[in-house]
Amino acid sequence: MHSHDAPVAHQFDDAGQQQEAVTLGMWLFLAQEILFFGGLFLTYAVYRSLYPEAYAAASHELDITLGGINTAVLITSSLTMAMAVHSAHAGRRKAILGWLVATLALGGAFLGIKAVEYAAKFEHHLFPGPHFQFPDPALAAPARIYYSLYFAMTGMHALHMVIGFGILLWLIWLTARGRITAQRAAPVEMTGLYWHFVDIVWIFLFPLLYLIGRHG
Amino acid sequence: MTTTHSGRARNYLNAAYTLRSWLTTLDHKRIGILYLISITLFFFLGGAFAVLLRVELLTPRADLVQADTYNKLFTMHGMVMIFLFLIPSIPAVLGNFLIPLMIGARDLAFPRLNLLSWYVFIVGGVFLLLSVILGGVDTGWTFYTPYSSTYSNSHVALAAIGVFITGFSSILTGLNFIVTIHKMRAPGLTWFRLPLFVWAHYATSLIQVLGTPIIAITIVLVGLERIFGMGIFDPKLGGDPVLFQHLFWFYSHPAVYIMILPSMGVISELITCFSRKRVYGYRFIAFSSLAIAVFGFLVWGHHMFVSSQSAYAGMVFSVLSYLVAIPSAIKVFNWTATLYRGSVGFRTPMLYAFGFLGLFTIGGLTGLFLANMGLDVHLHDTYFVVAHFHYIMVGGAIMGYLGGMHFWWPKITGRMYPEALSKFAALVVFVGFNLTFFPQFLLGFEGMPRRYHVYDPGFQVLNVMSTAGASILGVGYLIPMGYFLWSLRYGPVATANPWGAKGLEWQTSSPPPTDNFERTPVVTEEAYTYPRSEVELA
Ligand SMILES: [Cu+2]
Repeated sequence: MHSHDAPVAHQFDDAGQQQEAVTLGMWLFLAQEILFFGGLFLTYAVYRSLYPEAYAAASHELDITLGGINTAVLITSSLTMAMAVHSAHAGRRKAILGWLVATLALGGAFLGIKAVEYAAKFEHHLFPGPHFQFPDPALAAPARIYYSLYFAMTGMHALHMVIGFGILLWLIWLTARGRITAQRAAPVEMTGLYWHFVDIVWIFLFPLLYLIGRHG
Repeated sequence: MTTTHSGRARNYLNAAYTLRSWLTTLDHKRIGILYLISITLFFFLGGAFAVLLRVELLTPRADLVQADTYNKLFTMHGMVMIFLFLIPSIPAVLGNFLIPLMIGARDLAFPRLNLLSWYVFIVGGVFLLLSVILGGVDTGWTFYTPYSSTYSNSHVALAAIGVFITGFSSILTGLNFIVTIHKMRAPGLTWFRLPLFVWAHYATSLIQVLGTPIIAITIVLVGLERIFGMGIFDPKLGGDPVLFQHLFWFYSHPAVYIMILPSMGVISELITCFSRKRVYGYRFIAFSSLAIAVFGFLVWGHHMFVSSQSAYAGMVFSVLSYLVAIPSAIKVFNWTATLYRGSVGFRTPMLYAFGFLGLFTIGGLTGLFLANMGLDVHLHDTYFVVAHFHYIMVGGAIMGYLGGMHFWWPKITGRMYPEALSKFAALVVFVGFNLTFFPQFLLGFEGMPRRYHVYDPGFQVLNVMSTAGASILGVGYLIPMGYFLWSLRYGPVATANPWGAKGLEWQTSSPPPTDNFERTPVVTEEAYTYPRSEVELA
């Protein structure tokens, strides 16, 4: 599998060892990420069980259309990212560039839509700062907790997207300079793992935040 | 072999001399030294806070400082010692230096990440220092809400950012170690031939990677709460401050094992070397490290017996906490069995190992008192708790750290330290430690609460003893500092293996060359194949 032309850092014996180490490192990093988001999901679950009505009422203020579109955009970006990894293994430079740029564009679209949603929340005084107001004053306090978690969770997710954005730009630069080849596909592969992880986090966030009590 | 004009062999220390060569180094050994210098400075800073605390406690009244300052002093003592000294101590210094050597690798799997983790650590440390310089933090190192998130007027945000950032340094180090231990072992070095030091660091790294992110996100929530008043931990707004305690201790109980497990790894190396015997029950010690790491994640509730946690949850946490004693006891019994009929040599590192055995045992057993729900109601937030965790963290972790520093000092620097003086210092540390902290068990049992600068005059005698002990302990820490520095220039030159120890790190020169080994070693036998002692042969 692994060609011996691949550049091997001095601490490794061969490209195979290097590839295994990098992959294990990336998975450990993702395990760490799961725990990081896990703290937020736990907090979410605790308050959802304490304040189910407030959660449902607050969730209804979210824009389900924009959220739905964003989910579709992000899943599509995972597809284009997977295609970039595929092209990297095949060593097709133009294709890698194309798929990476597509992923970047979709990621940008996601962040753009998210910004529109955030702006609307600020306008409607739903940001849990000093100007917070909720239509139903009886539920205002727990709804404020819901929005705190909404902003913390989607904000952390968006932060991960922005970091992914930076990594994609770096990859595009590497690819353009011919530094990504079939033997040296690891950077694209690892970015792919990261991007899919960030995508999966959103797959959990969307129903938990947007779809409370929407059935029936 | 290439030699420099001074005549000494090329090694990692004389490979380059500029400051730049140190600050941009990717060599795990040099990064270990960078950590050593930084955490030593932090140790003496944390120690300075302790001195002020102990001086104030000489009398029952407020003489030196008032309540506000006292709150800041014990907070800063705890934060600096835990986040900037104990958590990085053995892993980042000795682990960094030794793991690649012990497994016959040229470096850690990710040298750049390793250097990055040091810079991240320093940035986090700078934030914590800033919070000190600008006036300090008064929440206790535990950041309990809603005081930290809503009411405290001190520099909580800066300190929280500092802790958040140093956490990532810890995660990166742990990740690097796990990958290195999995993927970089020399030919023939199977898992069950690894030194127990490596097993202990593997278990530690698992906690670092899986536990630290929880406190990171918790601190983010405290920060957001502080800035925006979101209500997540504020009971006035429907939040639950106890949720913070759950999240905090989910990391911070296992964090105790981040501090003690590496020390246990050091002790395994010291006891086998200076008993000249194979370790008794290798696999039990190896797996007990993993067991401690796993159980450690399931016992956090023992910090919350009096925090409105349900009695049933408390019972489960109490039983699970008792269970942690089993792997810890397995280690102590196996070490003791290793000593049995060994030809025991009383060199300085071994004195620290003996100190560890006694003090860790006392610290561990008093932990059982506190894991008992009924007793904890009486002992909670008293000096008994303070004494207990200092027996673990200072009597255990720091004894192991000092023992390890003495053991590997010749390997790290190529110089020997003065034997007689170092034995004397080990004795001073042991006496000073016990005089400082044993009276605190008695104070706590009699009901003296922790975290107050004034106390009932009846407690004064024991407090004076404790302060006297702390002065002795301080001297005990300064002496090694002095002779270690002295030895860099004047110490006798060390051979490759001054202790006649087994382990790959002793097969290369002292100090090792930049690439660690002339050629990659091949391992054909288990760890600690010391020749049988004469007693055993007879
Ligand atoms: Cu604990």
